[in-house]
Amino acid sequence: MLGGVIEFRIDRHSGVSTYLQIAAQVKQAMRMGLLGPGDKLPTAREVVEATRVNPNTVLKAYRELEHEGLVEGRRGMGTFITASLATDAARADAPLRQDLDRWMGRAVEEGLSADEVDAIYTDVRGAHY
Amino acid sequence: MNASPVRAEGLAKHFGRLRALDDCTFELPEGSVTGLVGPNGAGKSTLLSLIAGLARPTRGEVSVHGTPVRGRMHPDVSLLTQKRPLYEQFTVREIMRAGAAMNDRWSAARAFEVLDLLAGVDPDAKVRTLSAGARTQVAIAFALGRLPKVLLLDEPLSDLDPLARDETLRIVMTEVAERGTTVLLSSHLLTDLGDVCDHLLLLDEGRVQVVGDIDEILGDHRVVVGPAEVELETDGVVVDSSHTPRQTTALVRGGSAPSGWDSTHPDLEALVMGYLRASRNRKLARQ
Repeated sequence: MLGGVIEFRIDRHSGVSTYLQIAAQVKQAMRMGLLGPGDKLPTAREVVEATRVNPNTVLKAYRELEHEGLVEGRRGMGTFITASLATDAARADAPLRQDLDRWMGRAVEEGLSADEVDAIYTDVRGAHY
Repeated sequence: MNASPVRAEGLAKHFGRLRALDDCTFELPEGSVTGLVGPNGAGKSTLLSLIAGLARPTRGEVSVHGTPVRGRMHPDVSLLTQKRPLYEQFTVREIMRAGAAMNDRWSAARAFEVLDLLAGVDPDAKVRTLSAGARTQVAIAFALGRLPKVLLLDEPLSDLDPLARDETLRIVMTEVAERGTTVLLSSHLLTDLGDVCDHLLLLDEGRVQVVGDIDEILGDHRVVVGPAEVELETDGVVVDSSHTPRQTTALVRGGSAPSGWDSTHPDLEALVMGYLRASRNRKLARQ
């Protein structure tokens, strides 16, 4: 269970390198506030057990995160989160998130598929950013 | 000692006029997991047996952690051959007892630990009653009981079903995570290699075509697609190209992205396929 903190899902056909997927999932968990300063990332051994990836790839992802100043490897102890990426806007009770949640509920009611929702989201985001 | 776990210099093995391996020079970094790929007859098995010390090179040298391998099994190397020879009538426990008798350094604890992984293998079962996956687990346990620093696997996945393949790779990856073992494994199953290997060694006609860190190799190659009527101008090397009446697709090594062409980096499978196709086309052109 990787200490129950985070479980990596590797998409082997996404064309994105495995180490970048792992790094992105750690950052995503940090943004969502699931991982915060002081939390320990799963060891390479734990990740291998759960997902069969190469432990060197896990360590490469952690080095990448360390390079970005988000985590710190402590000799013989593991890798720990040192920064916070959580924003209030990502919290479950944040107004923006609740707006999106309501919007998504309507999309489901109107029978839109996940692909259609993604297409709308990507298009609208592109128009604003 | 900072010597590379495996270093080959000008390594060659000739069988009469056949050059199974010629002028191979490369180094594997400590703790790396390297996929050994190439068409049939490229010299993969020959290379593995030279590193293990089961055959003597015709020219050149291979060394393991700084010690030259000289035609006898190197104590730090374990090789799992394609045929996985196991005595059919023996029980798993007897096989492990043979391992203890045959090896100066042997850890029964480690061997049984590996047998216990995943669903586990019954030590009192006879080898002939085991599934292909369980036999592979026995063979790996035998190889790891020697506490190798370098583990060589020759087509370890070839006759396994998807579940047994997954479990075999899991055992190997666990070994890497726990002991930092350097692994070199040959396989035709490119999708399986993709997420377990961090390095690649691509052989063709006995020579090293590509060697290095997979992410760096992929970053150094491009798949470019453009209209058929336009000549591809590139400062890189065209490894392989194919044409339809409408468009040209090419695998290019090095150089910058050609302007006007759609350019992406290949995944491991596309890269290896490009080299294999080019190799076959070279052979056809000679006939």
